[in-house]
Amino acid sequence: MMKFFRRNEKRQLMGLISPGALWILIFFNLPLLIMLFISFVERGRAGGIQIPPVYTIENYRLFFNACATEFAGPACNPWLYLSIFGHSVRIGVIVTFWCIVVGYPLSYFIAKQKPILRDALMVLVIIPFWTNFLVRTYALKQVLASEGLLNSLLNTLQLINQPLEMLFNEFGVVVGLIYGYLPFAILPMYTSIEKFDHTLMEAAADLGASPRRAFWRVMLPMTLPGVIAAFVLVFVPVVGAFVTPDIMGGGKVEMIGTLINRQFGVARNWPFGSGMSMILMVLVMIGVIAYFRSGSERERSAL
Amino acid sequence: MANEFAVEMQDVLKQFVTPEGGILSAVDHVTMQIKDGEFFSLLGPSGCGKTTSLRMIAGFELPTSGKIMIKGNEMSQVSAHQRPVNTVFQQYALFPHMTVEQNIGFGLEMKGVGKAERSARVSEALEMVRLPGMEMRRAKQLSGGQQQRIALARALVNKPEVLLLDEPLGALDLKLRKEMQLELKTLQREVGITFIYVTHDQEEALTMSDRIAVMSKGKALQVGKPEEIYERPANKFVADFIGETNFMDGIVKGQNGKVVVVDLPGSGEVRVESSRTFTSGQQVSVAVRPEKLRLNHEIEGGNNLKGRVEDVIYIGTDTHYGVRFPGGHKLRVREQNIKQSQKELARADDEVTVGFSTTSPRLLTE
Repeated sequence: MMKFFRRNEKRQLMGLISPGALWILIFFNLPLLIMLFISFVERGRAGGIQIPPVYTIENYRLFFNACATEFAGPACNPWLYLSIFGHSVRIGVIVTFWCIVVGYPLSYFIAKQKPILRDALMVLVIIPFWTNFLVRTYALKQVLASEGLLNSLLNTLQLINQPLEMLFNEFGVVVGLIYGYLPFAILPMYTSIEKFDHTLMEAAADLGASPRRAFWRVMLPMTLPGVIAAFVLVFVPVVGAFVTPDIMGGGKVEMIGTLINRQFGVARNWPFGSGMSMILMVLVMIGVIAYFRSGSERERSAL
Repeated sequence: MANEFAVEMQDVLKQFVTPEGGILSAVDHVTMQIKDGEFFSLLGPSGCGKTTSLRMIAGFELPTSGKIMIKGNEMSQVSAHQRPVNTVFQQYALFPHMTVEQNIGFGLEMKGVGKAERSARVSEALEMVRLPGMEMRRAKQLSGGQQQRIALARALVNKPEVLLLDEPLGALDLKLRKEMQLELKTLQREVGITFIYVTHDQEEALTMSDRIAVMSKGKALQVGKPEEIYERPANKFVADFIGETNFMDGIVKGQNGKVVVVDLPGSGEVRVESSRTFTSGQQVSVAVRPEKLRLNHEIEGGNNLKGRVEDVIYIGTDTHYGVRFPGGHKLRVREQNIKQSQKELARADDEVTVGFSTTSPRLLTE
């Protein structure tokens, strides 16, 4: 009898998980396999891939040596793609840094409010998600443009006499990315800070720690899981971002995301685009695994 | 003697804005002096202002007006981290991300004490609270009682001028609490540091303290030694809050030297010795402890009131008799069950005499 019930329960469980599992399998895992396959074949003459497929590892080699192609001119820079990747990581670090630096005090401020006000403020943080991301990015573009809101304001206040160049450069891209990803930094940090027992800050002060030292020695270490979650949630998508750099950079700021996007568009080089996607994925995965490893170690040592 | 007092509160007022927008005086013009080296308790029900007082001495709250002096220095506006006091928190507030050693050494580290000296003093502090060798443990690996001791060690290792304890035994079970009470008292005597101890448990305060301040609604109603507070309560609240007290309302008929005659309308007259002067016709409350009353035992030259037993409650060590008098006054009498074979002295509805000396009751006017 017991056995029958167990089997029945198992069957029910299978029934419950299979729709989601199938969805992920067909629409996420299968396309990934297709991309993996494409990254190992030669491109077709008019785009797509060569049929029948010709297997090659050139797409990966190209990433590490941009001159390993028949189109390479004499001024070819072999480090081109690697430097774009490096540049993306740099932007990722800058954006994540500012999201955390700006988001932490804000999360703290929200967490300190009375419950009703706290919920209202969190809604304000989340509300932007209800507006289309593209619309928001275009709106920000209007604010930062040469004749835009910010320049006009600064001009009226006579703080500047010629418009600041805030668009179509790294500054614009960074501002756009911070603007877009700040809520992703606030949410996990808010959760950590909200759980933090403020008596511990009193205990630290009581033992002679100035507010600054109490923050570095007690509050920050204890809310670090939220900060690290914020780092992962912002850094990973920012490194691979392509919409924001495309709009805010106006094609002048190249990031790995825009580069990959171009391979599937104008460059018509699917295999190279797939190869770069794979490399990006693996590198990000290594980063995230390293994070979880260090996280579980912290947990272990905390026990 | 400039530093006779470890802590002085001078006319301290602390007001909070309530969520409804009103103003609450959590501590209402309190003045008290805590002597150097004494075990001083702030006792009162929740919301009486005892914890707020402690938090103002610690520096977590600043007084709205009035002065707080620590060792003769005005500290009213000094930040918590610059005061020569340490606190043992109600929920211990140990740092969960640090080891026991790092927790206890935190205060020394903040003072810039070197690593070698720090670790020596941490071991010393652990010995003092009888938990040697616990350095590398984490706070959450410890039991409540152990965490309590670590919190104590973390505060005492800094050799503060004053140690503040905010209901530190509240979270422990009864048996452990009794043990810790004695241990804390012994420890205090050994280290010679002034302890200010917040509690709502009157028995705890009586057991441990050199002096007690009884607080209610933001005011310090009486400050004194445990026996003073118990035997000579200043008002009805103190008499009622500390131990058990019978109150009988009456009117002063006259005073002959120290002896005041009080008429309990309908129940008879009682004679009470008092050092205070009363006027005829004054309303007073005769307060008398249940253990000072004797059932069916006439006290010569004392008061012997006749009444009827309403209830008899046997509680093991004692038996309590509730006696009602014709005028509606009621007394609870506590008789110790000295002999195992002792029969009940009276049963419900029996007519009895309650006897007590003229020195047992207190006459209270407020």
